[in-house]
Amino acid sequence: MSQTAIQNQRSTATDTEFDVELRKVYKVFNGETAVRGVDLGIRRGEFFSILGPSGCGKTTTLRLIAGFETPSTGEILIQGQRVSNVPSYRRPVNTVFQSYALFNHLTVWDNIAFGLRLKKRSKAEIQNRVDEVLKLVKMETFAKRFPVQLSGGQQQRIALARALVNRPAVVLLDEPLGALDLKLRKEMQVELSNLHQELGLTFVMVTHDQEEALSLSDRIAVMNHGKVEQIGSPSQIYECPQTPFVADFIGDTNLLHGKVEGAHPEMLWIVTDKGLRIKVKRAGDGHEPTSGSAVISIRPEKIHFSLTPPSDAVNCFEGRLQTVMYLGTHMHYLVELVSGDQITIMQPNVMHNPPSVETPIYVSWSPLDCLALSTN
Amino acid sequence: MDTPNSRLRFSLSWQMLFSLLMFGFMYLPILVLAFYSFNESPYSAGWKGFTWNWYYQFFTDTRILTALGNSLVVAFSATSIAAILGTLMAVGLARYQFPGKGLYQGVAYLPLIIPDIAMAVATLVFLAAAAIPLSGGTIVAAHVVFCLSYIALVVSTRINGINPHLEEAALDLGATPAQAFTKVLLPELAPAIVSGCLLAFVLSMDDFLIASFTAGDGVKTLPIEIFGRIRTGVKPDINALSVTLILASGLVFFVAEYIRYRSEQKRLQ
Amino acid sequence: MAGQSPPLSKQPSLDTEKVLPKWLEPLFLLAPAGIWLGLLLVIPTLLIFELSLVPNIRPGQVVNPSGLDNYALIFDDIYQKVVLRSLSFAVSTTFFCLLLGFPVAYWIALIVSKRWQNLVLLGFVLPLWTSSLLRSYAWITILRPTGVVNSVITLLSSMTHLTLPPLDILNREPAVLIGMTYSLLPYMVLILYASLEKLDRRLLEAAADLGATPVQTFLKVTVPQTLPGIAAGSLLVFITCLGDFVNPELLGGASSMTVARLIYNQFLGATRNWGFGSALSMILILAVSIAIALLIKYGDAVPKK
Ligand SMILES: Nc1ncnc2c1ncn2[C@@H]1O[C@H](COP(=O)(O)OP(=O)(O)OP(=O)(O)O)[C@@H](O)[C@H]1O
Ligand SMILES: [Mg+2]
Repeated sequence: MSQTAIQNQRSTATDTEFDVELRKVYKVFNGETAVRGVDLGIRRGEFFSILGPSGCGKTTTLRLIAGFETPSTGEILIQGQRVSNVPSYRRPVNTVFQSYALFNHLTVWDNIAFGLRLKKRSKAEIQNRVDEVLKLVKMETFAKRFPVQLSGGQQQRIALARALVNRPAVVLLDEPLGALDLKLRKEMQVELSNLHQELGLTFVMVTHDQEEALSLSDRIAVMNHGKVEQIGSPSQIYECPQTPFVADFIGDTNLLHGKVEGAHPEMLWIVTDKGLRIKVKRAGDGHEPTSGSAVISIRPEKIHFSLTPPSDAVNCFEGRLQTVMYLGTHMHYLVELVSGDQITIMQPNVMHNPPSVETPIYVSWSPLDCLALSTN
Repeated sequence: MDTPNSRLRFSLSWQMLFSLLMFGFMYLPILVLAFYSFNESPYSAGWKGFTWNWYYQFFTDTRILTALGNSLVVAFSATSIAAILGTLMAVGLARYQFPGKGLYQGVAYLPLIIPDIAMAVATLVFLAAAAIPLSGGTIVAAHVVFCLSYIALVVSTRINGINPHLEEAALDLGATPAQAFTKVLLPELAPAIVSGCLLAFVLSMDDFLIASFTAGDGVKTLPIEIFGRIRTGVKPDINALSVTLILASGLVFFVAEYIRYRSEQKRLQ
Repeated sequence: MAGQSPPLSKQPSLDTEKVLPKWLEPLFLLAPAGIWLGLLLVIPTLLIFELSLVPNIRPGQVVNPSGLDNYALIFDDIYQKVVLRSLSFAVSTTFFCLLLGFPVAYWIALIVSKRWQNLVLLGFVLPLWTSSLLRSYAWITILRPTGVVNSVITLLSSMTHLTLPPLDILNREPAVLIGMTYSLLPYMVLILYASLEKLDRRLLEAAADLGATPVQTFLKVTVPQTLPGIAAGSLLVFITCLGDFVNPELLGGASSMTVARLIYNQFLGATRNWGFGSALSMILILAVSIAIALLIKYGDAVPKK
């Protein structure tokens, strides 16, 4: 690559809003494709999460950005520049490893100063920046300790500090809170969010905890089998999943398979395999099927039920209560419809006398509250 | 479960009595050497009075001192070379998959199992075939072979125990691969390298067979010198030498253990 | 750091730098040791293999076209005795080390409190750090006709007015066995300890709970559970004894010729037949390699049966 090419690239780079861009990136490990055709643009300063089930290629994607793996095909751009030939130690990104990967032979302070020392920063600058970042993660008093003398949560903060002190363009976090217990995790989530806002850096976090992703992120990419299924804001991902996988993976949902029977500009009519005729309000985002097979997704909390037939007969079906589960703040009902479909319903725990098992009931939901998704 | 008391006490059992007997067996020769090293009479088994004479003889025996010096130089050189080669090899074997790796690994750890005499013979035949004159250098070259295996063995156990992402973390923070190796991997491996070297050093100091096959007539190491003397009978100054060597190696051992213990405490405390 | 405007990159530019070719690093790591081992281990071994096929021809002797003359020599009566003696030394030493080492390892691993275990074990193997020559030499001092043992016997006979015969075993086979057992006992204890220490104590308690006597518990639980350790320890002792030179040479006298001593004599001793010595060495290497291969192949299968 010639010098002028780089210059040209950089001049376009300043216009791009993306800090990290992946274009049709594939990664094949001896015959196994871990990442297949990922297209991603991560905006400057955003908190971006990659969410997906175990083994879907999240870590691999992150490692491709960090430069620990090279893409089999496709290209990666950081701040608008191709980095395919840039080794990891020259990329303006820093990683917080899931296992922290702290250097056991160095103190906390030296761990954090490691990157700055390699960049030959002045003594005073290193001192200032390390102290500053230690304060930022509230670990000033632990500077002299060795990593093994710290608890998991403390090690986590040091790993974070070690990355942040270098002021990278992008901070990569691989399940940063995965090893912490629930309470600590909640605390650290808040701190992570605060740090992100305070520093204004781009955060890319890998997680398989959907709640974490939903609560922290500006945008989320949901991955499955090495592919990005959907990218969007937390509410888009939750409210308007574009594929059955996303609908199912994010939160609970009822999926009913069927066929499109009729399509109107505003509404879709879908008949499920078991014969339910469901009316769906079209969202008009181009992801809905207009013919052929379709999947209906209805969130459990959007479903109403009553003991008497409701007046409005749209999307209303008769069934029998199969199980009632008490979840503290919520009640969880499993209903078997007359058609044979099973539906789960989630209701806030407000009823004093929940109906008992085997009670015949009527379930219903608004056409606005269900989605029609294409299969595949 | 167990009260601290019951765990602290050595409960009297036949295993304990037997073990104490075995402890006696292990230390008997050493005590006997120490006893005779102070005994006035060189040949009688009984106590004939205290003397420093044998120590004096040994400390003024230039042949033994030269041999000791040779041994130290050989052990030091062999261990140093083997430390570098063995560490690189252990890291390489842990990091890469390549065709023929099994064979390479098999050869690398072969010196741990094949008898010294076979290695000694093979090296001698090779040196003779290549017409390389025997010298101190040839002993070092031959010692590096087994020192290398021991050091690699100890280091590779350690490599398996450290976080595989440490080097990546260093690269991520801006270290070049060479810096990641020297600033992160080597310090993490240092305790293992040191214990491997200690082991290799002791084995090199102790080796008689390989040294005597590769030394020729010029350079005599301490084991060669000792062997030459004791084959012809009991030598009281050898007793003194033994006691001195045992004390010295005991001291080295305890210092090494102490340093290891301290560094571990420093990190764990 | 807070409120910092567009983040600075690590380096002013991200231009591609000359990345070293991928094969250079493994080469750098593995080649030095590989070359050293190739030169001083692989080639020498191949050389003695070649040499072992060249018989030491004396005038008038017919050369066997198969080139196995040196190997055939081993079936001579004298040499067969040597081989058998070596094997019997190795087997007996293994047996004695197991017999003496097991109770010690058992005591350290299962009876001594956790806090002291390491220290006691260390104390037991400490004599390993002394020179092997000097350890054998110490046994000369103990076993020689005017040595410690005989002085004690003389003392006892004078006290009890019995005429105890003096023990004359130096330069005979028992002395070699003592020396070898002494040298290898610490290794056996180390390996047995490692395997006994992993033993699940609850198994022992469960066995006792089910009504097993201590002997039954030992035979039915402890021994099967530690079989891999027993196998590994025995093998180590066996192959070390097979190649041991110092103990038979210093303690065994002329009567206990072993394979290792025979090899030594072919090169540095009086006989000087390099071809035969090479053949013996090849056999030794082969025997040891086969033993190790068997352990690796079947060692893991033992506990799972
Ligand atoms: N170095 C490698 N060599 C071979 N296969 C690999 C390698 N790294 C990852 N894989 C494979 O690639 C796939 C994706 O792995 P990856 O680690 O990216 O998953 P993940 O989404 O991070 O999963 P998890 O949530 O469990 O961490 C897996 O099937 C894995 O087996
Ligand atoms: Mg992962």
